[in-house]
Amino acid sequence: MTQIPDFQHQHFAHCESGVMSALLMHQGVELSEPMVFGLSGTLCFAYLPFMKFGNMPLVSYRMFPGHIVKKFPKRLGMPYCLKTYRNQAQAMDELDAHVREGRLVGLQTSAYYTTYFPPEMRFHFNAHNIIIIGKDADDYLVSDPVFDHIERIKVADLKLARFAKGLSAPKGLAHYPLGPPAGLDLPRLIKLSIKKTVRMMLYAPLPWIGIKGILLLARRVAQLANKADERYTRLFLGNVVRMQEEIGTGGGGFRFMYASFLQEAFAATGWPVLQEASARMTEAGDQWRLFALACARVVKKNPDAAAPDHIANLLRQCGETERQIYTLLKSLNRSH
Amino acid sequence: MKIDDVPQDQIRTFKGYGTKAVYAVDAKGRYTKTATNGWEVEEVVLRDVLADFEVLAAQAKQRVLQGKSSPIEFFVYKRLMDIPALAQAMGIARWRVRRHLNPKVFRKLNDRMLQRYADLFRIQLAALKNFKENTTIDPDS
Repeated sequence: MTQIPDFQHQHFAHCESGVMSALLMHQGVELSEPMVFGLSGTLCFAYLPFMKFGNMPLVSYRMFPGHIVKKFPKRLGMPYCLKTYRNQAQAMDELDAHVREGRLVGLQTSAYYTTYFPPEMRFHFNAHNIIIIGKDADDYLVSDPVFDHIERIKVADLKLARFAKGLSAPKGLAHYPLGPPAGLDLPRLIKLSIKKTVRMMLYAPLPWIGIKGILLLARRVAQLANKADERYTRLFLGNVVRMQEEIGTGGGGFRFMYASFLQEAFAATGWPVLQEASARMTEAGDQWRLFALACARVVKKNPDAAAPDHIANLLRQCGETERQIYTLLKSLNRSH
Repeated sequence: MKIDDVPQDQIRTFKGYGTKAVYAVDAKGRYTKTATNGWEVEEVVLRDVLADFEVLAAQAKQRVLQGKSSPIEFFVYKRLMDIPALAQAMGIARWRVRRHLNPKVFRKLNDRMLQRYADLFRIQLAALKNFKENTTIDPDS
């Protein structure tokens, strides 16, 4: 059995930011998961009606998968290796070499083949992230950020998971830092990342992204009242909530994580706007949870379930609160 | 969300699989990472979509036994996929997968193609070829 020394497994809320935080920690850079999430500008909202996932439109509460791994090292100015493979055997051999040499490597995998998941959660979702920390005979030891202890996966299953086909196929992606970042200028990074997030959420020139996307989704939800198909309504609302609460850590969860980032950013800079925005972002997260609760009542066919108009209004409130937060954060650029 | 409000509904899906981490506010207003064993809301929406897949699989089973469809249609719903997702995961065109749902075409498929389907569904080749009333899958495989 080979195992990477000095690795302490940590439990995270979201796979990609968790993997990045753990890899950085191993390099001696202490950035918490919310800091990674916030500084990489991963908070987002997207409702893409033309992209179907299980015949349901795609709803996402963060940037597309792979955003953190691909963009964040650059923003930190950290030398970083990202490698995809054509040759599956070569990919596995190189992974073994990494483990032997004690290098911590992050992998992109499909949740369908990660056998240690609850069977009900093993959807064809190709953008899960894990860290390999050792090998024991026919098993790899996996530090999966969303599980609270070390898991095991068979060599053959990991190979399948790394080379699953379909939407955002991992293509064997392996990634690891080549060294620590040159220097961490936190105030500059905080300002830059908030600026990018604000710009996207308020001004993205597309109707599906940011606040516009939330309002568009609200209109679609309101229109559900005109549809006679009860099954479709149920599955549509269920899909929105599943994307929110279950895949990674969802809308409420991502909002709370961003609020936590704003709080840490306030501690690092002392800019009072950040503290206020953090409190309001917590409020937005709570509103997203109310929305999810209302949807679940419809799905459960609860007699006091709200009408689609009412649910659409809850969504509009989420959008309005978030709009105020980003407008508040915009003032950061002028004052600092 | 305050730490006291973090749901602890002990949902069925996570039983035996540990907890999830979430960020919540403590009594002094500071964010901390804490654990949850699930929220009923997520359980409700997950069970709903799983029940929908079960219905689709049961209907597919009837069609297969009546000779109106091929076993592929049953396994695809059992594995929580739909036809476009199956085509993507197989790396072949959608129309070819649709064609393979025709029992006549299915019977003529060679073992190499069938093995690819069987590997994707994580079942034995024989289970795909000899579909019976009691055919099912091992959820843990």
